[in-house]
Amino acid sequence: MTGATLTLPVIHSNQLGFCYGSTVVLDAVDLTVQRGEFIGIVGPNGGGKSTLLKLMLGLLKPTSGHLTVLGQAPRQVRRQVGYVPQYPGFARDFPITVEDVVLMGRLGIGNIWGRYQPADRHAAQQALVEVEAIELAQRPIGTLSGGQTQRVLLARALVSEPEILLLDEPTANIDQRVEGEIFELLAALNSRLTIVVVSHDIAFISHYVNRVACLNQTLICHRTADINGRMIHTLYGGDVRHIAHRWAS
Amino acid sequence: MQEFIQAFWQYSFLQQALIAGLLASIGCGLIGPFVVVKRITFLAGGIAHSVLAGMGAAVYYQFNPLIGALIAAICAALLIGWVRLYWHTREDTTIGALWAVGMAIGIIFIALTPGYTTDLMSFLFGNILLVPRHELLFMAGLDIGILLIVTLFYRQFVAVAFDEEFAQLRGIPVVFFYLLLLVLVAITVVLMIQVVGLILVIALLTLPAVIAGQWTHSLASMMMTATGVGSLLIVIGLGASYAPDLPPGPVIVLFAGALYLLSSVMSQLYYLWQHRRYSK
Repeated sequence: MTGATLTLPVIHSNQLGFCYGSTVVLDAVDLTVQRGEFIGIVGPNGGGKSTLLKLMLGLLKPTSGHLTVLGQAPRQVRRQVGYVPQYPGFARDFPITVEDVVLMGRLGIGNIWGRYQPADRHAAQQALVEVEAIELAQRPIGTLSGGQTQRVLLARALVSEPEILLLDEPTANIDQRVEGEIFELLAALNSRLTIVVVSHDIAFISHYVNRVACLNQTLICHRTADINGRMIHTLYGGDVRHIAHRWAS
Repeated sequence: MQEFIQAFWQYSFLQQALIAGLLASIGCGLIGPFVVVKRITFLAGGIAHSVLAGMGAAVYYQFNPLIGALIAAICAALLIGWVRLYWHTREDTTIGALWAVGMAIGIIFIALTPGYTTDLMSFLFGNILLVPRHELLFMAGLDIGILLIVTLFYRQFVAVAFDEEFAQLRGIPVVFFYLLLLVLVAITVVLMIQVVGLILVIALLTLPAVIAGQWTHSLASMMMTATGVGSLLIVIGLGASYAPDLPPGPVIVLFAGALYLLSSVMSQLYYLWQHRRYSK
């Protein structure tokens, strides 16, 4: 890897905007994430956090502005991005074991047809060890608790050996003790991965991340140390348009 | 049952009926699990019923009704898939409309056909005892096609059935595999029309798979179990219907319903016992 690619931002957006019909969800978002960062995106519900992640994954297309991931269009680098969704997008009664769920992260690597290779199974085992869930490997997915399910989804994202990890409220449905464990895990993974995590819990994640980006239609970036009462107040309780005007100018 | 076993060795039509039943169970064992886990039973029902349009047209224009059924089923599958993917409003209503319109077209074609009265019942309810030998070959061909496609792309089908969004992120052409799955459902429907008819197809497509799903933890084992359960139900239904001279299709479906009920109760008890074990 050359010096230039190392210093190139991993995620870069310029005046990024997105609308659902006539509803503006994101407006003039300028965000740069450098390699190795652990960034938290916080903000109120409906502030556009999940939409921003979906744009980074190429599941949605920007309605204005530009967004690049690893220097390319998000769709093109999808396979280098690991994603942990807010809600498991599957039915709990689906007949599948934890190991087979994690193996799905290996799709798109190797052969199109046929079975998973021994290397894939090995990678799945490794990923489950890393998230401390190897003892669950043969359990049906529907028998896991909320925290266990999140670990498995994290393993599914890690098994594809991504460069970036995007997580959407990974701890929304689990208790605080397990939440702490999962963030400890993310902090450890941060030594080799760039991590973007969406959360509504600003107080909690600020212990772990390097930087917090506050999102409510538009974006205000701060170092963790800079978060203060006034900012939280303006973000959650103040007049949104006023801030947008102030920071956009 | 004993009467059936004696007659079985005597009459080749019974042997052919059994082969037809087993061929149908392979199809419904392979595809039924997808219909169940993907929760597209209603969608499969829509495909099954609109098949009558193709069969009616085939009768009117005098070509093989199974070919007509196959064409209609594939068209209906692609149309319904397109509606689901791109026409987001009122999917259930649209499928319901297609369901009824398909049947209406079929019935009109059949009414227009001169001298035609008897076969409508066998389209609707099937007649496993009247499957001609050349149709067994046709059914075997469809089975081989389904088996080949499902084996080659097993991982992709599982991924699309399990979590479409994640499958898309892994670079799988989700729309293609979703439509291919619906086409396979369509082919399976045609495969089973001779056995139970298009109205009862849904029972045989879903019940063995649901029963299998209550006892297995992977789609592959669910497929194998569903094939076994389907075969068993067909053999039992065929045997039980012979002596009292009942139509085999409905008898098979009744056995399937009864087994489903039994299996649900048993699996629920088993689940409670397991749950206690895991939570200890």
